[in-house]
Amino acid sequence: MAFEGLTERLQGAMRKLRGKGKISEKDLRETMREIRLALLEADVNFTVVKDFVKQVRDRAMGADVLEGLNPAQQIVKIVDEELTKTMGDEAVSLNKSPKIPTIIMMVGLQGAGKTTTAGKLALKLKDEENARPLMIAGDVYRPAAIDQLVQVAEGIDVPVFQLGTDVNPVEIVRQGLAQAAENHNDYVIIDTAGRLQIDEQLMNELSEIKDLAHPDEILLTVDAMTGQNAVATAEGFNDKLDVTGVVLTKLDGDTRGGAALSIRAVTGKPIKFIGQGEKMTDLDVFHPDRMASRILGM
Amino acid sequence: ANFRHVDESFFDDLEETLIGADVGFDMAVKLSDELRDEVKLQNAKKPQDVQNVVVEKLVEIYDAAGNDESTALNMAESGPTVILFVGVNGVGKTTTIGKMANRYHEAGKKVLLAAADTFRAGATEQLDVWAKRADVDIVTGKPQSDPAAVVFDAVQKAKKEDYDILFVDTAGRLQNKVNLMNELSKMKRIITREIPAAPHEVLLVLDATTGQNALTQAKLFKESTDVTGIVLTKLDGTARGGIVLAIRNELHVPVKFIGLGEQISDLRPFDPNEFVYGLFKGLIDVNALKK
Ligand SMILES: Nc1nc2c(ncn2[C@@H]2O[C@H](COP(=O)(O)OP(=O)(O)OP(=O)(O)O)[C@@H](O)[C@H]2O)c(=O)[nH]1
Ligand SMILES: Nc1nc2c(ncn2[C@@H]2O[C@H](COP(=O)(O)OP(=O)(O)OP(=O)(O)O)[C@@H](O)[C@H]2O)c(=O)[nH]1
Ligand SMILES: [K+]
Ligand SMILES: [Mg+2]
Ligand SMILES: [Mg+2]
Repeated sequence: MAFEGLTERLQGAMRKLRGKGKISEKDLRETMREIRLALLEADVNFTVVKDFVKQVRDRAMGADVLEGLNPAQQIVKIVDEELTKTMGDEAVSLNKSPKIPTIIMMVGLQGAGKTTTAGKLALKLKDEENARPLMIAGDVYRPAAIDQLVQVAEGIDVPVFQLGTDVNPVEIVRQGLAQAAENHNDYVIIDTAGRLQIDEQLMNELSEIKDLAHPDEILLTVDAMTGQNAVATAEGFNDKLDVTGVVLTKLDGDTRGGAALSIRAVTGKPIKFIGQGEKMTDLDVFHPDRMASRILGM
Repeated sequence: ANFRHVDESFFDDLEETLIGADVGFDMAVKLSDELRDEVKLQNAKKPQDVQNVVVEKLVEIYDAAGNDESTALNMAESGPTVILFVGVNGVGKTTTIGKMANRYHEAGKKVLLAAADTFRAGATEQLDVWAKRADVDIVTGKPQSDPAAVVFDAVQKAKKEDYDILFVDTAGRLQNKVNLMNELSKMKRIITREIPAAPHEVLLVLDATTGQNALTQAKLFKESTDVTGIVLTKLDGTARGGIVLAIRNELHVPVKFIGLGEQISDLRPFDPNEFVYGLFKGLIDVNALKK
């Protein structure tokens, strides 16, 4: 790992403080600076970092930790707890419709992992609930996006509804839903093309699909390596679509994944799943406490 | 604050703008310190002057970290030029090859593509669509077959049939996966075995939305494949790709091209001036500056 974890950082800072009877305002500032740095190196958005550090500072002051035996350890614990709390404490499961089908819509920037995650989710539902999902090929823009989805689906033995690339995605979804009703599929997973949150025309297309399909779950798929831009992306998609959850992909890499905190902080929406590889079985439930440790490099 | 009031809070904002553009904390502090000194040194007071100083200095810092290399691709003196594309998953390798193929085809070159991503679903079909769009030839392999075999076949074809340029697409891989990185080194060795001066470029494709992890990507891909240049994609979005400054500073790898969209013509040679303006979007009045 290229960067120091918070524990080492704070121990380093505290070593300088040791031996002083009392810890000053300045010492506390130094500690908060180290926390700020650790979070920025983990790619947490700087505006989110500001608020978060203030939250930690208030708690640290209240708890008088700096007078305790091992202040570094205590502060790390507070940061860890606050981070976990901000990211949602408990793992949150998939929304389900009382009436079949449960409709799941994948959205996000280009290359984030939507199509792959759509396949992983379908397999998970099959394996865990014996479900009969249908996937809808709603990406008519990216070259061979439909081929990709079809190949993914073949590998996990799930049907795909597609109308090629000459029909508009809203119409594809309309007809796909009709087919799902006819075949009594219990889940429908809609794959959509990657798009920029500032692309008004394509964002409107997602709104239209949403208005038509009334999805139970709109999953914003985000690359875990995303930097400061995570906030703009999450806000853009959430403002337009009121997403219901987040999937963080590519966590099998060595990124700290601070985007998790940024997204959660600005949208308040739960991270539901994490992608940990390219295989169809590489999808796991999100655990805020594990993510907190990862961001802090512990 | 903005350039109307150049005071300490201006430099704080500058630092935050740089951090927000993903240049990283250390780099942001280093740069804003140098910029503060430079503004003082040049005694710039008018907002317009300060803007100019800041941009000029940043471009200078970017250039100073390099070794006088140009953004032009290194071409073979004779025989086919081979360009290998590497990078993590989903950054835009295949799309960039499509755009490049078009660019060189239009310049009158005989272009060949190698679909050496035999792993990801639909990857070969995706490159094949781009080959048709750019009107160039392509060598493909069977799904899940050895990608090195596709590379070998493509190099042979390029030699035998006098292609000017061969672009090799590879599967996305995360830099911490040792096996996959070894597989990539192997593909590179095969190219060199067949054409000693090749690959003439190894281009690392980086997604501008990537944060500090891009530095690790650059380090590890450089170690395994001796990266010679960077293509920075997705700069049409709201991300600014500031991490390439840190990469440039630490690893001295130049950015050669930028991706600005999903269409075939959305590729441009890298221009440090424009890039630096982009980093300050919001803080600098770009229009006033260009006058
Ligand atoms: N290592 C790793 N790779 C992943 C993961 N999820 C997706 N990928 C890879 O990331 C790349 C992009 O995935 P896609 O599923 O095509 O992404 P997408 O969001 O559908 O892309 P567009 O449709 O082009 O917007 C592919 O190479 C996937 O194999 C993951 O969790 N780990
Ligand atoms: N907005 C934008 N999207 C881009 C750009 N370059 C590529 N993309 C999109 O990003 C997504 C991924 O691009 P690919 O070319 O498949 O990326 P890759 O690196 O080959 O992906 P893998 O082979 O799966 O690792 C696609 O949806 C592309 O259309 C760009 O410059 N701007
Ligand atoms: K990405
Ligand atoms: Mg897709
Ligand atoms: Mg590719």
